[in-house]
Amino acid sequence: MKAGFGSQQGAAVPGGPPGTPAESSAATWGETLVVGAAVPRVDGWQRVTGTAVYPLDLQFPGMLHAAVLRCPHAHARVKRVDTSRAARMPGVRAVLTAASPGADVPWYPQRGKGPTSKLFDPHCRYAGEEVAAVAAETLFQAREALAVIDVEYEVLPCVAEMEEALLPGAPPIHGGGNRQNETLRYQRGDVAKGFAEADAVVELSFRTACEIHTPMEVHGSVARWEGDTLTVWDTTQGVFAVRDALASALGLPRAKVRVISQYMGGGFGSKLGLNKHTVMAALLARATGRPVKLFLSREETFLCVGNRPPNRLTVRAGAKKDGTLVALEMKALGTGGAYPHMPTSAYLVTDLYACPNVAVEEDNVFTNTGPGRPFRAPGFPPCAWALEQTIDALAEKLRIDPVELRLKNVPSVSQQRGGVPYTSTGLAECLRRGAEAFGWKAARARARGRGHLRRGVGVAAGMWGYDGEPRATASVSLFADGSALLNTGASDIGTGTKTVLAQVVAEELGIAPERVRIEHADTGTTQYAPASGGSQTVVVNAPAVREAAQQVRRELLELAAAALSRPQEELRLAGGAVVTPEGTAHPFASFQAFVASQPLVGVGRRHPHPKGKVALPFVAQFAEVEVNTRTGEVRVLRMLGAQDSGRVMNRLTFESQVFGGIVMGVGFALTEARVVDRRTGTVVNANWHDYKIPTIKDCPAELTCLPVDLQDRECNSVGAKGLGEPATIPTAAAIANAVYHAVGVRVTDTPASPVQIAALLQRREG
Amino acid sequence: MADRDKRDTHRCRDGVTRRGFLASLGVGTVGAVVTGCAAAEPEPRGDNLEGLVPCHLEINGRRHTLLVEPRWSLLYVLREKLGLTGTKQGCERGECGACTVLVDGVARYACLTLALEAEGHAVTTVEGLVVDGQLSAVQHAFVAEDALQCGYCTPGQVMAAEALLRANPAPSDEEIREGMSGNLCRCGAYDHIVKAVRRAAAARVEGGLK
Repeated sequence: MKAGFGSQQGAAVPGGPPGTPAESSAATWGETLVVGAAVPRVDGWQRVTGTAVYPLDLQFPGMLHAAVLRCPHAHARVKRVDTSRAARMPGVRAVLTAASPGADVPWYPQRGKGPTSKLFDPHCRYAGEEVAAVAAETLFQAREALAVIDVEYEVLPCVAEMEEALLPGAPPIHGGGNRQNETLRYQRGDVAKGFAEADAVVELSFRTACEIHTPMEVHGSVARWEGDTLTVWDTTQGVFAVRDALASALGLPRAKVRVISQYMGGGFGSKLGLNKHTVMAALLARATGRPVKLFLSREETFLCVGNRPPNRLTVRAGAKKDGTLVALEMKALGTGGAYPHMPTSAYLVTDLYACPNVAVEEDNVFTNTGPGRPFRAPGFPPCAWALEQTIDALAEKLRIDPVELRLKNVPSVSQQRGGVPYTSTGLAECLRRGAEAFGWKAARARARGRGHLRRGVGVAAGMWGYDGEPRATASVSLFADGSALLNTGASDIGTGTKTVLAQVVAEELGIAPERVRIEHADTGTTQYAPASGGSQTVVVNAPAVREAAQQVRRELLELAAAALSRPQEELRLAGGAVVTPEGTAHPFASFQAFVASQPLVGVGRRHPHPKGKVALPFVAQFAEVEVNTRTGEVRVLRMLGAQDSGRVMNRLTFESQVFGGIVMGVGFALTEARVVDRRTGTVVNANWHDYKIPTIKDCPAELTCLPVDLQDRECNSVGAKGLGEPATIPTAAAIANAVYHAVGVRVTDTPASPVQIAALLQRREG
Repeated sequence: MADRDKRDTHRCRDGVTRRGFLASLGVGTVGAVVTGCAAAEPEPRGDNLEGLVPCHLEINGRRHTLLVEPRWSLLYVLREKLGLTGTKQGCERGECGACTVLVDGVARYACLTLALEAEGHAVTTVEGLVVDGQLSAVQHAFVAEDALQCGYCTPGQVMAAEALLRANPAPSDEEIREGMSGNLCRCGAYDHIVKAVRRAAAARVEGGLK
């Protein structure tokens, strides 16, 4: 089975590298003063005043602006590219094509055999594939030059729908057919036997639409050369992943490539790895000897920088009368578009509930559509949409409350990983406490309303299947004035990483979080951290930061104990001072040994994952909806997220993550779908007007965040588990189950649009 | 209005000539011929003076005079010509509100406003909200309620909230949702944004602001 998360380019290698400390050096905290508090963001001021500089804001002296020419056809062969006219256009300084020096760069490299592509591949496999790029004095001029590049295409037949990709006569997208790989299979027990023993069996088929990330800041980079050294300001979630892949694309030593991304305007998985436009910016900058800025237009971000692939899923579930699950089966079909990607995930089917007999088949195919990429919990929301609605239907058939049915089947070990126990599992507590706080029983029993407005409530559960790359380094420098420098490679993609890490330093060193200055996300100056994605950022980086701070703390206590002639164990750090049991505070600066040797420096590393156990987060979400039976419209009135993500590191940013995940889930459930013209293979709604992401009016008026902290002492040295992904996994399914409760129709396809629901209601009436 | 009319006339007469219009669209090689340095460097910089017209802007209480192409949006001029990058570019087509600024105190998308249209009006950007190093009530409330995540839409959200509260000092939650509905946030900070606007409204009333 695959883990649900991976980067698309320069993939990170899981597992501890040599030199990683063997064991966690410290037990997690008991009581905390700063960690867990609702500390406002350390960079809040910068973000609300517009002084935070995002990559798209950058300007350098002599900087050129670049734009990319994209193939308008879903499937075509480039026969000829004539850039002579474009090169003579006003302001144009360089034109880049497949024939340009250094542009013959392999792309989508596969481990082992498999299809690959190129930076500019003459075989264009989706509408939006790169053909040429231009750098000019202004962006207007660059775009105007694109318009006069003369390209001769041989237009090929295309296949846009995944169901048609394997039909006889379907145009081959890569040599060797449109199957991305052999059917992926997972099996445990004997499902045939399981279904034969079941008292109730439910089978449902679902479709989930293709969802686009569309972060607020468009994708792009600024590239600048100084001699043979390249610096790139990229809007990315992972500077080290970009650096490694960029160095390899350009044949440069890693040390000669510096990638910086201190503020970035959202990514959601679409900004995990190296992009083609970054390589193009670097090549254009090298060709012109000037800094080059290359950012996509909003429309381009809908085409070529990833999506949550569409899925077609069939789930069959069987249970005994008392609700004990005896068999689960899923068949999945997905497409990562024209380029290799893991478009489906069966993880939840194999691991969320205790079930002895499970079988999964996943087929992934190529189509002439834009490439899929990891998108917040890759594969999980579609899988939850299917599994959690099937469980809901099974509960109805068994006449068991949906919360009770789930509680009946909570596993204590990871079955998918061969029975490995969890460091903690809050699935049952999320369901129990969530139901209580939501008022589940009363809401479920309440009349569903008369007339055309019907109310209903639904529940769905989930978990996240990736425990992080256990590898990160951080350093902490403490000055005698009670201020500290934290050096970490982690990107803060909006989740509050910097704030949480500053809290960790503050907690250990007895200083205020605002006394911590953070240097981060710069491969030239900061320590290694994996990309911020997969809900791993805090769980990987916070233990490394804590260890660094603990080293400083030990050194400081040692010299204070010597100066005060007191045993170290008696002393504590608070308010920038060493405090004795009597309450006497000796400011750090009063220790001559400290002043003379400052700063005290500690270097910390992430320890490996706990042996023989796995640390994963769990979730249960509850939704109340109102369905207008005349129009088919759904309004989500309220939602509650009960989240077992271990320790709450910061109450404010924790809640922001949960609410953000829910809002994203509302979009996935109700409005979001990339629409591809089946005949031409082109995206017809590549903008925010026609592709509807939730607005403030779509956000449920009542949102509740309920952390379920089981005080996990084993997951890592800070006690936190991942949060970003689990917060969005069950949302859409909970909404669909609430719709079913309200009006009795099973919405099998996302988005649950008025058109679909009105038709379902009509069919039921008819 | 008299001044505006006069300026408009001026622009029609001398600004947008056919030749300048063509050059500004980048059609043909008019610019290269006119400047007479056709060989390696057709013109010293990309901006061709032929297509430019004078533009007087009042931004955050300060007057700016610059030459603009008539097609330049206020967003483009703020970010690319004046270095006021607090106003964010999200979609360039009036869909997301990241570029929201105040024009005479009213929220407006800078991407759908031509720079020349802003002449004669007071423009306020997010950079204009901080006075003596102090955050405005709205900005303070956004930090306190954590009404942001990646922060990229935040300046636009802050400006939209500022406009809302200037027009309606004590909005209901319904009115807050309506007033903020022109600003997208992909991180989904909406719930905290409602709370922040509520908090800012209370603080403004308490602080004696209209």
